[in-house]
Amino acid sequence: MAERQSPLGAFFVPGDHGNAAAGVGVTLRERKNLSIVQVTAWIDTIPAVLTAIGSATGLVLQNKPGLGRVAGEKSVFGFAPGRYFVVGATPDLELRLRSAISSDLGTMIDLTHGRTVIRIGGPGSEWVLSKLFAIDFSEHAFPIAYGRATLHHDIHANIQRIDDETFDIYVFRTFARSFWQTLGHAAAEVGYRVE
Amino acid sequence: MIIKCPYCGPRDVIEFIYQGDATRKRPEPASTDQAAWNAYVYDRTNTGGSHREFWLHGGGCRQHLVVTRDMSSHAISSVALARDVAASINDGGRA
Ligand SMILES: [Zn+2]
Repeated sequence: MAERQSPLGAFFVPGDHGNAAAGVGVTLRERKNLSIVQVTAWIDTIPAVLTAIGSATGLVLQNKPGLGRVAGEKSVFGFAPGRYFVVGATPDLELRLRSAISSDLGTMIDLTHGRTVIRIGGPGSEWVLSKLFAIDFSEHAFPIAYGRATLHHDIHANIQRIDDETFDIYVFRTFARSFWQTLGHAAAEVGYRVE
Repeated sequence: MIIKCPYCGPRDVIEFIYQGDATRKRPEPASTDQAAWNAYVYDRTNTGGSHREFWLHGGGCRQHLVVTRDMSSHAISSVALARDVAASINDGGRA
């Protein structure tokens, strides 16, 4: 099978960058080989869709704004009423969801080829992301596993908190290289490692 | 200005797109009353105080909102999902 090319290309340079005196404030990496599916429930089928996502992925969600769950490579989070990102490392994710969610329950679109997922971790991650997005990254406002939809300079992004100091950022694949460079500039102050 | 989206929570106005007066009433689609259509398309009361307006949270959950905003002070007194407002009107209630 052909290997999917990363849009980061030559701008993905493993190693330490930025302010060496500060140590490694954040670590940046690209999550690869994921399946990313957006599921949308009709206005009166949200609980049924959440049950179906649960049966297809093992990740069961309550109907609450932004709520999400993470288990290893798998994750799911809401980012709008009845809309969910469902992510996994298995290529059959879309098929499994399609067999669980008929058009009576909702719709889905495979975003795998349209998004790039960047994982930022480390003690400086809240600080660095706060330079780019006008939302509150503190853990009480943005708890673990929750998702957010927001903007970076008019470019849409979905963000999920993975643990106390780790976030996954979903950006449009066509903007990923530009976003990656901006993220590097924002992280230079605290020192960053690309791996 | 910050708008507290019912789904996303408080967000900067940069994430929202203004979509106009939410107090207008569209004439029946089959209506040929020119004055009613003219008023619907062009007439605005331009009140100085509290006003109901549509906003789109394009930089977040992408939902249409009904916002009640004081046009002098920008103070926002209520925000609701437009689909909830429409549902309550269709149920015979008042928005
Ligand atoms: Zn919103």
